[in-house]
Amino acid sequence: MPEFALEMKNITKRFPLVLANDKVNFSVYKGEIHALVGENGAGKTTLMSILYGLYQADQGQFFINGNEVNIFNPRVAISLGIGMVHQHFMLIPPLTIAENVILGMEPKKNGIFIDIEKAVKEVEELSKKFGLKVDPRAKIENVSVGIEQRVEIIKILYRGAEILVMDEPTAVLTPQEVEELFEILKSLKNQGKTIIFITHKLNEVKAISDRITVMRKGKVVGVKNTEDTNQEEIANLMVGRKVILRIDKKPQPTGKVVLQIEKLNALNNKGLAALKNISFQIKEGEILGIAGVEGNGQTELVETITGLRRATGGKITLYNKDITNYSPRNIKEKKIAHIPEDRRQRGIISNYSVAENLILGSHYNPPYSKGLILNFTAINNHANKLIKEFDIRPPNRDNLLKSLSGGNQQKIIVAREFFGEPNLLIAAQPTRGLDVGSIEFVHRQLLNERDKGKAILLVSADLEEILSLSDRIAAIYEGKIVDILDAQKTNEKELGLLMTGSALNKKLQRIK
Amino acid sequence: MKLFKKINYFAILEKSTPLIAVLLALLVGAIVIILIGENPINVYKILFSYAIGNRDGWGNVLFRATPLIFTGLAVAFAFRCGLFNIGGEGQMYIGAFFAAWVGFTFTDFPVFILIPLCILAAAAGGALWAAVPGILKAKIGVHEVIITIMMNWIAASLSFYLCLVYKAPATEAMKAAGVKQMIPHTREIAQAARLPRLYNLFKSINIDFPAYNQVNVSFFIAIGVAILAYYILWKTNLGYEIRAVGYNPLAAEYGGINVAKNIVLAMVISGAFAGLVGTNEVMGYKYRWRQEIFTGLGFNGIAVALLGKNHPLGVVLAAILFGILNYGGAIVNIYTKGRIPRELIMVLQAVIVIFVVISDEVVRRFIGKRRKMA
Repeated sequence: MPEFALEMKNITKRFPLVLANDKVNFSVYKGEIHALVGENGAGKTTLMSILYGLYQADQGQFFINGNEVNIFNPRVAISLGIGMVHQHFMLIPPLTIAENVILGMEPKKNGIFIDIEKAVKEVEELSKKFGLKVDPRAKIENVSVGIEQRVEIIKILYRGAEILVMDEPTAVLTPQEVEELFEILKSLKNQGKTIIFITHKLNEVKAISDRITVMRKGKVVGVKNTEDTNQEEIANLMVGRKVILRIDKKPQPTGKVVLQIEKLNALNNKGLAALKNISFQIKEGEILGIAGVEGNGQTELVETITGLRRATGGKITLYNKDITNYSPRNIKEKKIAHIPEDRRQRGIISNYSVAENLILGSHYNPPYSKGLILNFTAINNHANKLIKEFDIRPPNRDNLLKSLSGGNQQKIIVAREFFGEPNLLIAAQPTRGLDVGSIEFVHRQLLNERDKGKAILLVSADLEEILSLSDRIAAIYEGKIVDILDAQKTNEKELGLLMTGSALNKKLQRIK
Repeated sequence: MKLFKKINYFAILEKSTPLIAVLLALLVGAIVIILIGENPINVYKILFSYAIGNRDGWGNVLFRATPLIFTGLAVAFAFRCGLFNIGGEGQMYIGAFFAAWVGFTFTDFPVFILIPLCILAAAAGGALWAAVPGILKAKIGVHEVIITIMMNWIAASLSFYLCLVYKAPATEAMKAAGVKQMIPHTREIAQAARLPRLYNLFKSINIDFPAYNQVNVSFFIAIGVAILAYYILWKTNLGYEIRAVGYNPLAAEYGGINVAKNIVLAMVISGAFAGLVGTNEVMGYKYRWRQEIFTGLGFNGIAVALLGKNHPLGVVLAAILFGILNYGGAIVNIYTKGRIPRELIMVLQAVIVIFVVISDEVVRRFIGKRRKMA
C-alpha cells in the first residue's frame, strides 16, 4: 500500500448561496499523477483553493504525509510543500526567467544585493534535474506560452514544492507543447513529486493520470484507477447522465458555394499584415474548420468576414454577391450568424437581461421594434421561446447575463445566432471554457445546422474539436492558409505540424 | 426560490447607496455644526422645516431643483452611453443665450409660437455645443472630457461677448445717475416669451401661493424631460442601442449597432437637456441673459446624476434634495445670524458625493465577494 502524500477528509465549504464542497474526501498517493475532473462549478477550484489556503474549510481535516495540518494561508501551504500553477500565469514580462523564479525569495549577496549568478545556477539545476528546458537569462516577454508554463513549474519547485497542483495546464498549449508538458510531468513523477492535475479534457486524463477523482455539484462522485475506466464512464460521472462523446457525423452531399473568399488581406490592430492572400470557399452542408495556434490571423479573418474589420484587399462573396467591407449590420442582414471568440467582450452585454441579449442585432427590426418603439410583448415571447428551446438556466428572461454561467451565456449566443435560419454560420472558439455538457450541446447544434444544409466556418484552438466536427480543415499559419485537407484523411499530428509552420519546409521539399 | 430573494436583496442594497450616503453626510454635517458651536438638531430642524414645511419653501426648493434636473439628466443620459459629459456648463450657457436671443429678437411673435420657439432654441443651443465633442469622440476618438471642459471656457467667453453685443441700453435712471450696468445683461425678452410663474396657475385654482415665489412652468418642462429621458432610454430601440454602446461598445458593434452614430446622438440629446436650463433661468426668472447668473449648475449636475444613479427618477429626487439643502442652507444662515455659513451646504453636497462613491464601491465589493463565493 503506497502512502498518501495528501489526504483531505470530509471537507465542507459553504458559500452564502451554494454548498461548494460537501463532505469531500480527496486523497493522493505519493508520486502519482492524480486527475481532478468535473464540470465548471463542480467544486474543483474551491477544493484546491482550500488546499492552498486561499479559503478556509468550514469542516474537515487535512493530512500531509500522514500528519494533520492546518492550512490557513498560502504561505503555510508553500511551507508544507504545496505549489500551484494557475491557469493564468503570474510572470513579469520584462524580467528574465531567473529573476521571475526567485521573485520574493531572492538569494542575497552581502545581505543586500541580489545574487543573480546564484539564481541562474539554481534555475539551471532545477531545469536539468526535471527536464524543464529553459534559458534562465531569457526575458519572459520573448518566450512562448509553453516556456512560461515551465517557468511557473520551476518557480514552485524552487519554493520546495512536493505536491504540484496544476489548474487546467493544457488550455493554452499547442498539441506539441502538450506532449512536452506530459513528458515533464512524467519526469517530475519519476523524481517522486506528486501532481494534481485539474482538467476537463478527458483524453488528457486518460493519457497522463494514474488515478482520477470525479466531482459533481460539490461532491466526489467517483474515484477510479485510470486503467480500469474509460472516457465515457468519466464523462457520465461528471455530467450525471449519459453523454455522447463520439460525434456521429453522416457524410452528406454539399450544395452551392455559400462563402467564397479570394485573396483576402487585412491588418491587425498594430497595423501589420494579419491576413495574407487568404482564399477558400464553403459550400452548403459543409463545415470548414480553421486550425491554427491562436494569433495567426483567425481573429482577423472572422472579423473581416463579419464586417468588424476592414479588408485591405481581396474579395468576400456570399452566394456570388460581393459583401466585402459591408458594415456589421449589413452583414447580419445578409443572414451571416457569428458566434464570437470572445464571449464576454463581443458576444454579450453582461448588464443586459437575457431577453435583451437575445434580440441584439435584430432589436431594430419587427417584431421587436415598431418604428422607434420596442415591443416588449414580442421580445419577451421570443425570450421565453428560446429559453425553453435551448434549456437556458435559470429560466428567467429578466436575469442579467452577468449572473449566468459561461455555458448558459454561450447558449444564449448560440440561440440568438441560430435563430432565423442563417445562410452562413461563423463559430469562433464556440466551446471555449465550457463544460462537457455544454460542449456536447454546442457540437450537436452545429452538426444539426450542417445537416440542415447550412455552411459553417469553425475556428477553434481545440484540434480535437476541429477534427471531429469539420468536413474540411484549413490550417492557418502567420496569416496564410498553409493547406486545406479532407478531415477524414488527416490527423492531429499532421495538423499540429502544419499549424506550427514546421511542415512548410517539408512540403517544399516534397514539391522539389 | 431562495436564490430569488437573495438577488433582490442585493439589488435593493445596490440601489440604496445614495440614501446611505445622504444619511452619512448629514452625520458629518452634524459634526461640523457641533464644531461651529451650534446644535445640529436645531439647525437641521430649521433647514428642513423652512424648506419643505410650507408651500413657499417648496416653491423655492423646486425653483432651485429645476435647473439641476436639466443638467443632471444631461450627465446621466450621456453616461448611459458611456460618455462623461462635463460640459453641461457650456451647453447650458449656449442654450440659454439662444433662448434669450430668440426671446428678445422675435418680439412680435405670438405666445404660442414664441414660447415653443424659445424652448427649441435652448435645446438646440445645448445640442449644438455638445455635438462638437460628440463628433470628435466618434470620428477620431478624442476623449469627451477634454473637449467638453475646453468648450465650457469657449462658451463662457462667447456668451460674454454676445452679451456685450446685445447689451441692453442704459435706462433713464442709470443715465440720470451716470452709472453703467453692474452685471452685463441683454435686453429683456418679449412678454410672449416668458414662462408663467406657478403662482398664476395656483391662483386660477384658488390655492394660496405667494406671488413673489420664483418657481415657474419650467419645473414641469424638467419633469417632462425626465420622463422623456426615461422613455428614450428604456422604451425605444435608440435607447437600447445607446445603453448597449455604454455597457459594451465591442458587443454593440458586433450586434450591428453604429457606435459612432450613437455617441453623437447621445451627446446631442444630453446637450439639449443641459441647454434647457435656459427655460428656467431666462424664460422663467430673469427674462434676459445676465452674465454669470447661474455658474456652477452644470457641474452640480454631475453630482446630481451621481447621487441619482444616472436614472431619471433618481436625478429628479437628487435635484430636489440639492434644492432643499440650498434653500434651507440660506435660511439657516439668516436664522443663525451668519454663524452657520452657507458654505456648510457646499460641504454637505461634497460629502454626499464622496459618500456615494465610497458606498457604491463598498457595496459593489461586498456583492462581488458574495457572488464570487457563490
